[in-house]
Amino acid sequence: MSIRERLSGNEAIATAMRQINPDVFAMFPITPSTEIPQYFAQYVADGKVDTEFICVESEHSSLSACLGAEAAGCRAVTATSSAGLSFMNEVLYVAASSRLPVVLAVACRALTGPININHDYSDSMAERDSGFIQIYAENNQEVYDNYLQAHRIAEHPDVRLPLMICEDGFITSHAIENIELEEDETVKKFVGEYHPENYLLKEENPLAVGPYGISAYYMEARVAQAHAMMNAKKVILDVAADFEKTFGRKYGLIEEYRMDDAEIAMVIMGSSAGTAKACVDMLRKNGVKAGLVKVRVFRPFPGEEIAKAIANCKAVAVMDKSEGFSACGGPLYAETCGACYNLKNRPLMVDIVFGLGGRDFTVDSAKTVFDRLATIAETGETGEIYTHMGQRER
Amino acid sequence: MGLKAEEINEHIAWQDVTVGCEIYEAGTSRLTKTGEWRSKTPEWIKEKCKQCLLCAPFCPDASIPVSDGKRDEFDYEHCKGCGICIKACPFQAIRWKEEG
Repeated sequence: MSIRERLSGNEAIATAMRQINPDVFAMFPITPSTEIPQYFAQYVADGKVDTEFICVESEHSSLSACLGAEAAGCRAVTATSSAGLSFMNEVLYVAASSRLPVVLAVACRALTGPININHDYSDSMAERDSGFIQIYAENNQEVYDNYLQAHRIAEHPDVRLPLMICEDGFITSHAIENIELEEDETVKKFVGEYHPENYLLKEENPLAVGPYGISAYYMEARVAQAHAMMNAKKVILDVAADFEKTFGRKYGLIEEYRMDDAEIAMVIMGSSAGTAKACVDMLRKNGVKAGLVKVRVFRPFPGEEIAKAIANCKAVAVMDKSEGFSACGGPLYAETCGACYNLKNRPLMVDIVFGLGGRDFTVDSAKTVFDRLATIAETGETGEIYTHMGQRER
Repeated sequence: MGLKAEEINEHIAWQDVTVGCEIYEAGTSRLTKTGEWRSKTPEWIKEKCKQCLLCAPFCPDASIPVSDGKRDEFDYEHCKGCGICIKACPFQAIRWKEEG
């Protein structure tokens, strides 16, 4: 039986961690992820988990400690945000290439500058090439559910890659919502225990991790890693199917919202998708064929799935909540365009960079986007392809 | 479990590379001829050597084999040419080889 609870996103993650009872949690605090180790420290103090809780001196160290633990055969977790994730950058690549399935909770927050503690995806998008799987949540329920699925995906023998569970800083991490919690025993049974085949502490079988790979080996190692990421798509769907069977809530790589006959649509991620859905409902009441594609999994990128979902639209706006400074659009736009390039008929597509550093995105904001899409659909002219929304202008 | 270290070479396919390039046994450096990194080479002058054995423990790469209480010729397949043994020898019984 599910338990109805009121929890913030951070508390939902900490609760999931308590239920999973990982072997090691290496922590270093940073806003807005700090509550995750804070709640967890209480579970440690209360004897509710038997996790080795290590307070280290930096994020570089927290992820490094997790790598050591994973290599030793443990299930290791940590959490961070913003500059903390950037500071982990070097180690993220080591985790992914060493194929050590650490699960990292990220309360996504803007990067400096100017210095800002609020939400956008500057931090997680900057790490999109690190080799981590990235799963994003629309609300607290999804954060919790994604976390319950994380270890099984990351640790699957066909994958063995580290994984980021991304939530929207403050919006999801701190806002309290009603969610369905699952019972400890059911969660433990669903997640299972971690029994890697090889690990440093396996006495009968010494192991070397992270060797030097000269040019004669590096290419092969990277191809193998690329295939692991491709394999992750199927594993994510398999785990989601079992999750639905066990807990009744359904997840995919993307979520198509009122897309069946949609003529205009948004491609969007995270909590903003919830806001935009309200706008879609409003427009549908007025007979506008609007729809929305929410990207739940960004790594591996569900290019085929997104392309298929929007192929029959007339106009699409890709909503980027990070400014990649490419001078021609954000990362979600670039990859969505790339995914659609080989479609026989593809929609007109514009990029809108929005919500940076916690700038509000409201139902009215979404309405502005759909209005613009309606004009594009009607005239066949995209106008400026790469624009920003929500900033003051002269 | 993937390939053993001795089966890993520059001809294996990407599908055969071990996960994360893990190596599933110990002591595999014996299989890798790292001596080719060396740019300078130490030379053992046998007649000056008193077999005091100071050089062997100073060698950071175990490239001075010792058996029956006596050192033997350098293991040039693993010696990196750091020259620490030259400094350690009290009898000038090790010197840099004259490069031809």
